[in-house]
Amino acid sequence: MSKLNYKEMGLTDEQVLDMYYYMLLARKIDERFWLLNRAGKIPFVISCQGQEAAQVGAAYAMDTAIDYLAPYYRDLGCVLVFGQTAEDIMMSAFAKPGDPNSNGRQMPGHFGGKKYRTLTGSSPVTTQFPHAVGAALAAKMRGEKSVVYTSTGEGSSNQGDFHEACNFAAVHKLPVVFYVENNGYAISVPLDKQLGNHNTADRAVGYGFPGFSIDGNDVLEVYQTMKTAVDRARNGEGPTLIEARTYRLVPHSSDDDDRAYRSREEVAEAKTKDPLITFAQYLRDHGVLTPEKEQEMNDRIMRDVNEGTEKAEKAPFFAPEDTLTHVYEE
Amino acid sequence: MAIKSYIEAVTDALAEEMERDPSIFILGEDVGVRGGVFRATAGLIEKFGEDRVMDSPLSESAIVGVSIGAAMVGMRPVAEIQFADFIFPAYNQIVSEAARIRYRTKSDWTVPMTIRAPYGGGVHGALYHSQSIEALFMNVPGIKIVMPSTPYDVKGLLKASIRDNDPVLFFEHKRCYRLIKGEVPEGDYTIEIGKADVKREGTDVTVITYGLMVHYTLEAAEALEKEGISVHVLDLRTIKPLDREAILEATRKTGKVLIVHEHGKFGGVGGEISAIISEEALFELDAPIGRLAGPDVPAMPYSPPQEKFYMLNPTKIADAIRKLAEF
Repeated sequence: MSKLNYKEMGLTDEQVLDMYYYMLLARKIDERFWLLNRAGKIPFVISCQGQEAAQVGAAYAMDTAIDYLAPYYRDLGCVLVFGQTAEDIMMSAFAKPGDPNSNGRQMPGHFGGKKYRTLTGSSPVTTQFPHAVGAALAAKMRGEKSVVYTSTGEGSSNQGDFHEACNFAAVHKLPVVFYVENNGYAISVPLDKQLGNHNTADRAVGYGFPGFSIDGNDVLEVYQTMKTAVDRARNGEGPTLIEARTYRLVPHSSDDDDRAYRSREEVAEAKTKDPLITFAQYLRDHGVLTPEKEQEMNDRIMRDVNEGTEKAEKAPFFAPEDTLTHVYEE
Repeated sequence: MAIKSYIEAVTDALAEEMERDPSIFILGEDVGVRGGVFRATAGLIEKFGEDRVMDSPLSESAIVGVSIGAAMVGMRPVAEIQFADFIFPAYNQIVSEAARIRYRTKSDWTVPMTIRAPYGGGVHGALYHSQSIEALFMNVPGIKIVMPSTPYDVKGLLKASIRDNDPVLFFEHKRCYRLIKGEVPEGDYTIEIGKADVKREGTDVTVITYGLMVHYTLEAAEALEKEGISVHVLDLRTIKPLDREAILEATRKTGKVLIVHEHGKFGGVGGEISAIISEEALFELDAPIGRLAGPDVPAMPYSPPQEKFYMLNPTKIADAIRKLAEF
């Protein structure tokens, strides 16, 4: 549980409750995905479970009116903070019109949407890093105060684009925060086979900007570190690299079986540190999350998730011939 | 009208466009103080400053990836890849990202970006400074590929590429840079992307080609005229989208078609053109479609006799045309 005092950090009761709300919303949407998938209603799920604190704490430190996200596929918590709703996400899961991420063209988790200030992402990993740098470069050129967040997993941090983007941003002191959600596994491959140095934040020294490795289960620590990085970027001091140490509580995707590569004991141990559980307890201990508030929040979230699911399930698909549109400007 | 070299037309187009639209900036290796290794961006940093004529780290995927990001949020980058041969670190960014961003968001996000890259052989550039790479991009929907042959076309097409709201690969033949000169109007004009141009009217054999090979073909046509063979030359100018109508019209003109390109024959641009003609104008043909192309070896060697062996030239083209005329 967090040792930080949210009030000393300048956060209000409403704000910490808000953070918990987004974490819980992400979790509940994600849980619904798995039910829908196992019921044969949606073909694919990629999960955020276990990483909600790392995501919500980071996005919450940003200004959703002027900043940009260039997230990776697990960042459901981030895009919710930037305004996507349960209904938006369900439209994406069911590949229906109204999906703001791709209008049903991409698999779930391929986030995007201009109105949510979220750059579009793809499946080849870490390609969004240079895009984030480009958006930051544009902001700097135009004298705008925007900061860009971009994230990836620790496995994906080995791609060349990671290095090319970090170096480019360093040279031009661009307002971007590079964020690694280190959940210990790249699908099945553990840290030992993935990284010579398990701390990806150490790389920052090589690029010439600060790097921090933090507890990704502690939403307050995440927020605090991210806030420092965002402030730095906004003040023209350049990029920061943050590694959030976290854990993926479920298999990589709906097509994966994690029993092949990690023990049930390990997963059970990780679940005792589940940020949803520990942050809820923290908020109860501080008298912020009262039973009434908790009930109210749960009801609201379940109502939104249910309504979103129902709407998305009932919505018609695009016509098959829609496949041929939007290749070039029309 | 002023006589300009091919590369001067590049510089003029860039300068005029940057003057017109402050969202345009250049990003590439050595494009700033050096003015580019070929000097295509000479004088631009003095005029527009280092923020708009930006030397990038030696990092091709970043040059393209950063350009994509900037383009998505409203800038209009012109990226330079120093040699087309070095574009492959950015292949993923071009194919998986730039080409698909409009499609995968139904135009919510778009990439108005031009990537300029010098290509082509005959400059003692060996395996990695000589390649023609258009075939590797040709079956990627979502991008456009422009390959002009004359200074007039360079200026008009580069302006059109920069103004286009989709990603454009603009390949400049480096042998043409200083070899080819021609009339270029002062001031603003554009040429529509996707429109081929008849560079010579003729009645016996049609040659469909682009880039440096246009000039070699025109030379061959000149020589063949003395032998009584009249050659019709269609310059594609744009490889993607291909100008189907112009290809079919040029085919009907003579009934005999030779396709000429510098890179290897297998899986090349010629195959697609040939297929279009076969599908839509088979009965207009009086002879099998001919393809004259580079040999199917990885790339051209440094050794001068071997480079010469690899490269097409007016004599080889004239021989192929003659054979077709006699068919």
